[in-house]
Amino acid sequence: MAPYESDDAVGAARDEEPRSGRRKAARYAVPVAVVGVAAATIGLVPALADSGDPDLPKISAQQLIEKMAKSDVQQLSGTVKISTDLGLPDLGGLEDGLVSGAGRGPDDGSSADPQAKLTELASGTHTLRVAADGPDRQKLSLLESGAEYSLIHDGKDVWGYDSKSNEVYHSTAAGSGKQREAEPPATPKDFADEALKAVDDTTSVTVDGTAQVAGRDAYKLLIQPRQSGSTVGAISIAVDAKTGLPLKFTLTPKSGGAAVVDAGFTQVSFARPAASTFDFTPPKGAKVTEEKDAAEAPGHAPKHGEGFAGGLKGMNVLGEGWTSVATFDTGAKGGLPTGSEGGDLGGFLGSLGDQVSGKFGKGTVFSTRLVNALITDDGKVYAGAVTKDALVKAADAGK
Amino acid sequence: MSRADLRSRPPAATRRPSPLWALGLLHSELVTTVRRWRTLALLGVLAAVPVLVGIAVRIETRDGAPVGGGSGEGPAFITQITNNGLFLVFTALAATLPFFLPMAVGVIAGDAIAGEAGAGTLRYLLVAPAGRTRLLLTKYATVMAFCLLATLVVTVSALIVGALLFPLGELTTISGTRVSFAEGLGRALLIALVVAASLVGVAALGLFVSTLTNSGIAAMATTVGLLITVQIVDQIPQLHVVQPYLFPHYWLSFADLMRDPVYWDDLIRNLGLQALYAGVFGSAAWARFTAKDISA
Repeated sequence: MAPYESDDAVGAARDEEPRSGRRKAARYAVPVAVVGVAAATIGLVPALADSGDPDLPKISAQQLIEKMAKSDVQQLSGTVKISTDLGLPDLGGLEDGLVSGAGRGPDDGSSADPQAKLTELASGTHTLRVAADGPDRQKLSLLESGAEYSLIHDGKDVWGYDSKSNEVYHSTAAGSGKQREAEPPATPKDFADEALKAVDDTTSVTVDGTAQVAGRDAYKLLIQPRQSGSTVGAISIAVDAKTGLPLKFTLTPKSGGAAVVDAGFTQVSFARPAASTFDFTPPKGAKVTEEKDAAEAPGHAPKHGEGFAGGLKGMNVLGEGWTSVATFDTGAKGGLPTGSEGGDLGGFLGSLGDQVSGKFGKGTVFSTRLVNALITDDGKVYAGAVTKDALVKAADAGK
Repeated sequence: MSRADLRSRPPAATRRPSPLWALGLLHSELVTTVRRWRTLALLGVLAAVPVLVGIAVRIETRDGAPVGGGSGEGPAFITQITNNGLFLVFTALAATLPFFLPMAVGVIAGDAIAGEAGAGTLRYLLVAPAGRTRLLLTKYATVMAFCLLATLVVTVSALIVGALLFPLGELTTISGTRVSFAEGLGRALLIALVVAASLVGVAALGLFVSTLTNSGIAAMATTVGLLITVQIVDQIPQLHVVQPYLFPHYWLSFADLMRDPVYWDDLIRNLGLQALYAGVFGSAAWARFTAKDISA
């Protein structure tokens, strides 16, 4: 950098614009304007795109549920965004165990195992792709950063392909319907089916206006428990007005805050997906894990409708409707080692829950935003989407 | 930039330059940039990355063992290289995009104006009747051409190494479907273009920094330092609110081109974000450069 004294004069002569300070400063208005326009676009476009609720003919809740039941969508493809916030303490394995219905067999070490993989959906936000062509050909893909996990059902074969580790999981034994049930719920339809099972006289079901989901007109079905002990605030299901397919499912807890489960299509098409979508051959060099004998399958395929403890023996359900509490006996005297005899681990587990006592004896309540579980000192477990008080009451009554 | 380079620039005969004159300026800028030793060294480093990755994977999988013990560690796509050599292209781009590529672009962009000013050649460039705006545009075009060149160097090097060390042929997308080799090659080229476009934002940022100072080294260091800072901020979960607006946030979305069907959402967000950065910092560079006192 050579400091030539006479340069200013040269520069001034060459400059095309008059050199007033104000003109110079005015130029910086251009980048500022670009930022402003961008900010306005980001802020306003979603608001403008939200063209208001569509105008649809009135429909009763009963008719809407019938429409959903009659819905027979055979061919579709779309993108689903699912956010789950159960408020679980991040305990990895515990979380997996709860959500997969406590039915996971011994770990077979393949990262392409559908059970192991899809339980990842239990926390955080994920993008899924679904495609279906009739009852025999379905595909579910979990989009990850730079990788993808695909579960492909094509006729007799069920393939799981994890592109991150390049591993393949293959099973042939499972029939078409059975395998579907083995999967944890992922699409809005899966969740909606679960919710509709709970509809009885303890529930208020109303049609709550209309909405636009994934560019389609939809009715909003609002399901609310009438019982006071439930932790479920409301379940809202957006049902496609034409096909009756649930497009969006939102479960909000009574305690307020963000939705516990929010699963909805961001894009959906009812055209037949390309046949190649369901065509899978293990790539060269991929590690293929075959599913073990069908004899092990029962533990592998708990019906998710039965709730969190579906796979366990000796389970009883206390109460009915939304405040029903599942109870089972772990058989372990002393229950969880939450007391002093449990050592370090016991102290840690105990610190996660609240100590309670009642007619049933003493126990520890573990809370999440939706599900509360009471583990008594004599080894009984009570769990349900109910408040802590309701749980203690149920335990007292069940004694 | 040496004074000798100026000889190759066409003399300014008239006051009103023809459009071809700008092309001549661009041509001379490109030749000057590419001929520099530091540019060649940067390109050499970029070309070496796929070679290293390819040989390492080849040695590790000699006895049929999966890459990384099957744990899925390492850059995206690395486990699939053994299936198909074409995946080395994607792995190499995924490995170089977070740091090597933008660093090289930062060096070239930071040097663009400040280097000339530091060497005392900037005012000679302005003596020619190109005008400051046109000179800035030419510089930016040169930097963008370098973005493309650097990406293509990685791509071609990875393609050659991949073809030599691993099988080619039909490839499996990360969605599990199969596409022909020709389509795979087409997607590889598209990915290279997307990666080059991903660097447009950091190029504009570097050019703006370059107009702020008269020291080429300071501009390069600032640009690369900003790059590292932004990359770190992008990794901190507590700052997730600002992350969608950071220029590297969607960089790895190029992997979405390997899905079947392609998932466009993040790709479009990435390109939009790069255009925004180019617009903001490009116009800021223009505001600064056209109003600044050129003393060297």
